[in-house]
Amino acid sequence: MSEHDETRETDAHSGTETTGHEWDGIKELDTPLPRWWLYIFYASIVWSVIYMVFMPAWPALPGLAGETDHTRGLRNHSERANVAEALDELAEMRASGFAALEGASIDEIESNPELLGFVRAAGEAVFGDRCATCHGVGAQGFVGYPNLNDDIWIWGGSYDEIRHTLQVGIRSEHPDTRFSQMPAFGRDELLSRSEIADVSDYVLSLSGVSADAGAVGRGQAIYDVQCASCHMDDGRGDRAQGAPNLTDQNWLYGGSREQIIATIHRGPYGVMPAWEDRLDDATIDALAAYVFLLGGGEDATARPTGQ
Amino acid sequence: MSNPTPKSMAAPGITRSKAEAVNAADTRELYKKREPIYPKLAHGKFRFVKWVIMALALGVYYLVPFLRWDRGPGAPDQAVLVDFAHGRFYFFFIEIWPQEIYYVTGLLIMAALGLFLASALFGRVWCGYACPQTVWTDLFIMVERMFEGDRNARMKLDRAPWSLNKAWRKTGKHAVWLVIAFATGGAWILYFHDAWDTLANFFTGTAAPSSYVFAGVLTFTTYTLAGTMREQVCTYMCPWPRIQAAMTDRDALNVTYRIDRGEPRGAHKKNDSWDNRGDCIDCKQCVAVCPMGIDIRDGAQLECIQCALCIDACDDIMGKVGRPTGLITYETDDNIDRFVKGETPRYPFIRPRTMVYAVSLAIVTALMLGALVTRTHLELNSQRDRNPNYVRLSDGGVRNGYTVNVINKANAPRVMDLAVEGDPAIGVRILGAPDLMPGQIEIGPDRSQDYVVYLTLPDDAIDGPREEITFVVTDQETGETARSPSVLITGAE
Repeated sequence: MSEHDETRETDAHSGTETTGHEWDGIKELDTPLPRWWLYIFYASIVWSVIYMVFMPAWPALPGLAGETDHTRGLRNHSERANVAEALDELAEMRASGFAALEGASIDEIESNPELLGFVRAAGEAVFGDRCATCHGVGAQGFVGYPNLNDDIWIWGGSYDEIRHTLQVGIRSEHPDTRFSQMPAFGRDELLSRSEIADVSDYVLSLSGVSADAGAVGRGQAIYDVQCASCHMDDGRGDRAQGAPNLTDQNWLYGGSREQIIATIHRGPYGVMPAWEDRLDDATIDALAAYVFLLGGGEDATARPTGQ
Repeated sequence: MSNPTPKSMAAPGITRSKAEAVNAADTRELYKKREPIYPKLAHGKFRFVKWVIMALALGVYYLVPFLRWDRGPGAPDQAVLVDFAHGRFYFFFIEIWPQEIYYVTGLLIMAALGLFLASALFGRVWCGYACPQTVWTDLFIMVERMFEGDRNARMKLDRAPWSLNKAWRKTGKHAVWLVIAFATGGAWILYFHDAWDTLANFFTGTAAPSSYVFAGVLTFTTYTLAGTMREQVCTYMCPWPRIQAAMTDRDALNVTYRIDRGEPRGAHKKNDSWDNRGDCIDCKQCVAVCPMGIDIRDGAQLECIQCALCIDACDDIMGKVGRPTGLITYETDDNIDRFVKGETPRYPFIRPRTMVYAVSLAIVTALMLGALVTRTHLELNSQRDRNPNYVRLSDGGVRNGYTVNVINKANAPRVMDLAVEGDPAIGVRILGAPDLMPGQIEIGPDRSQDYVVYLTLPDDAIDGPREEITFVVTDQETGETARSPSVLITGAE
């Protein structure tokens, strides 16, 4: 291509001209490129034109290319349409799993590896979207938000009870919501500061924590009048009223003396939304089974505490 | 061809060509158009070896997909099958799962080391004999020769104006090339689905879309690379000519022109004296047969794939002029220098480079064989839940959750005991184990199954922040076991 340049050096070994560049004694041979490399380059240009005709390529003035701001190409390609299609496909793939879940008992779910795998995958996804904000990604809970992995249930831990709680919520706006209210004994001046402290000592003693005997005695007298109607005489709670068991090792609002005093003072009012109108039945089934199978689910006949 | 003119006094049967090395150093130009190369058919022992290797290589490639291997019901019976749809690779008695891809890695390492060793000993034997590019190009040149004749006839045909004769020869050649190319792409896809089914489905239009794509792509590449590009692939596209410089050395056998014997070269007339001249009569038969279009007498060059056809061509001539064969031969660079100095040649096949390659190859081969022989049909992996790290129960006990993965590589369902070794107070609960005795699981043939396992440690058994435990799965029939160590976090101080 280029005319022979008399001033250019020719490499003695290969007989090829050098480019004239030199780096620390290393010179570059001006070796010919094969012609077909150029042909591939031309083919790439042709391909780019074909691509522009068939695929989105050019920005366009509004109105010139329909509702988009670019040319759509002859294929009318759209990643958004692809995503919508993929989501439809996904729903179709999941439909058989949800169908199998309908009407299945928790024992059937637990003993069927395929259904179990489906519930754990589908339930985990919904839980992550809807529940993890309060209960944590691993359902481990926070102060005021129950840990769903353990065997402690305020409103009941059977598959049906968990599903019902999901449907109607707790202290939600649902007409049939699970509802109860603990008085704010301190804020509403139902009990004095020293009385609340005494009750706290008594409640701690129910869980086996040693406290001043005099305070426990005074606290028990107050407890029997103020608290036993919901938390029961023995302190084991009542699930019908959502009254937690006070004798176990678990404290929803914290188990230190100060935290218990604060809880009695203000009267907690924890709220969980009702999901009946926001999730379909199949999804609530999957979610209930997922929570049940986190390890703490109870047989429908079991009455371990508080009943 | 063997038509000596009166002017030539060469010995009977000697052939001369006006061959020019199209890629000779002196004629290289910038932005070069591909010069067609018309390799002449060589006759001799290396050509014979190449025919045999071509037949073997093509035979293996085209026939292996049709070999059958009984693996029992439910499993494919194709001896060699890469089953992407089900994530399995079958090779006769070997079945490899995706997580065992290291077997393939090992195989590639062995292939690389084998290539290094062969290169250190014999130069580019892979390029010259076994590389698919060489084999298919050889096949395509054979077809070309069938339609258009040997070198001189082909050159004449290309120079001739278009005629019916030229048209049918060219059309026939390209048609057969396309058939071979299609058969090449078509055989490729037989390795990925059942061969007989794919064959039937392919022509009824019901095979997998990928089958058509790959058959099409490989038809195109075979046709262009072996038919129209040939030596361009080796020279410009393949990295091996560059890499080989690091793989060979002065002691490696290479196809070499014996400069000590051949020079000074020149035409030789019958009854002329051989004194004060070399054995090379400059007949250029070595150039005429060369599929790469080079002159081997220029010395080692990256274009040379060392197919040894020039050895056959030269030996033929040497026999006819009554000189010893081996003017072009497998020889080491070091020995050529020794010949020039009048020393005796030496062949140090055992030297540090070859020993390192050979020992590495032996070690990798032994490791891979060991892994293959001790491969079990049962695997166990466990993953402890980390969120929550542990769960405190109402009675003060603590529970950890685990995902336990059991892999049954046998082609039969198995009932197994899944147990936990460690503190005997630990309670075990397995989700997803249907209707069996406690602690028993059943897993289908050739399957990987996850189980959710909850371990509970009672309050009075907690005596530290963690307990060492081991999951153990035991086949009830064969007694085969697999183990997976883990821990149970108690949350205690």
